[in-house]
Amino acid sequence: MSDYLISLAGNPNTGKSTVFNRLTGLKQHTGNWPGKTVLQAWGFYRYQNEQYTLVDLPGTYSLLAHSPEEQVARDFICFGQPDATVVVVDATSLERNLNLVLQVLEITSQVVVCLNLVDEAKRKNIQVNAAKLGDELGVPVVETVARRGIGLKELQEQIHLLVHGKIKTNPLKIHYPPELENKISDLIKQLHYLPESLNKRWVALRLLEGDQSILRGIQEVTRLAFS
Amino acid sequence: MLMIISLDQLPVGESGIVTVIDAHGLTRRRLLDLGLVPGTVVKTIRKSPAGDPIAYLIRGSIVALRVNDSKQISIKPFSEVAINE
Ligand SMILES: Nc1nc2c(ncn2[C@@H]2O[C@H](COP(=O)(O)OP(=O)(O)OP(=O)(O)O)[C@@H](O)[C@H]2O)c(=O)[nH]1
Ligand SMILES: [Mg+2]
Repeated sequence: MSDYLISLAGNPNTGKSTVFNRLTGLKQHTGNWPGKTVLQAWGFYRYQNEQYTLVDLPGTYSLLAHSPEEQVARDFICFGQPDATVVVVDATSLERNLNLVLQVLEITSQVVVCLNLVDEAKRKNIQVNAAKLGDELGVPVVETVARRGIGLKELQEQIHLLVHGKIKTNPLKIHYPPELENKISDLIKQLHYLPESLNKRWVALRLLEGDQSILRGIQEVTRLAFS
Repeated sequence: MLMIISLDQLPVGESGIVTVIDAHGLTRRRLLDLGLVPGTVVKTIRKSPAGDPIAYLIRGSIVALRVNDSKQISIKPFSEVAINE
């Protein structure tokens, strides 16, 4: 029985499986083309005498566009009830990677950002101010070069602090126009029966978007919570 | 004259600014997820031999779009921006 469940999300080809392999000692397939991880791989590591289960999710640019990879990643982050989610981002194309980070932050506040490929970024003269990024996102940001194992101890430490409640995150909140915010509040009131583990604001947003696929997941979670 | 063209018409090597995304539903979602929102700068990188898909530089990443999708994106080419401002 593992103490904590951690999911690894990120855009394709950002080094998720490399982080996963380094931490777990397993050999999940890695390579220099996107879309290698389609199903989730599970592995374990120990840190400070506690056992962590790590789930390597498929790479996605979004959690909302309904490709099979996105459904797997989204369902796990939403309904798999991980204790924390690590979002691995590519320091050489941060602008694009932050879309997914914001989407994950809308679902859960238990997030650590793993700013990977900082060696590549340096080579391209791209400097990322990790501390500032962490301040703006409201969650810890750890710089890594996963391929050489650099920064991974610090990543484990931040995960450890987060799951023990020793870091209080303050995730960047996206504000929608008043019309939408009013509808969101209305819906949240009607969603009072949902289990604590589900983020009602996020569910309300998906329902407003007309997302049918979310209903199945909700039914499943609600059934488990009340059975 | 203020010229707006659809993204598939933007010649290789030229850049422009996204003005409107006319797609709906999931296609719209996908385009937004690529960072294509009004105000985004896009450059055409190269065309495939058949002319579809076309590769673009968007926010530091190279992305291939099908003409069916890029048709639904309105672009103000940079040459025009310069002339009009
Ligand atoms: N230079 C450098 N390369 C890295 C780093 N981390 C990973 N890589 C390389 O990047 C490539 C992609 O890594 P993967 O771990 O397969 O990426 P992934 O995120 O699992 O990819 P998908 O499963 O397709 O989403 C591999 O060639 C890795 O060796 C890093 O920090 N620096
Ligand atoms: Mg992978």
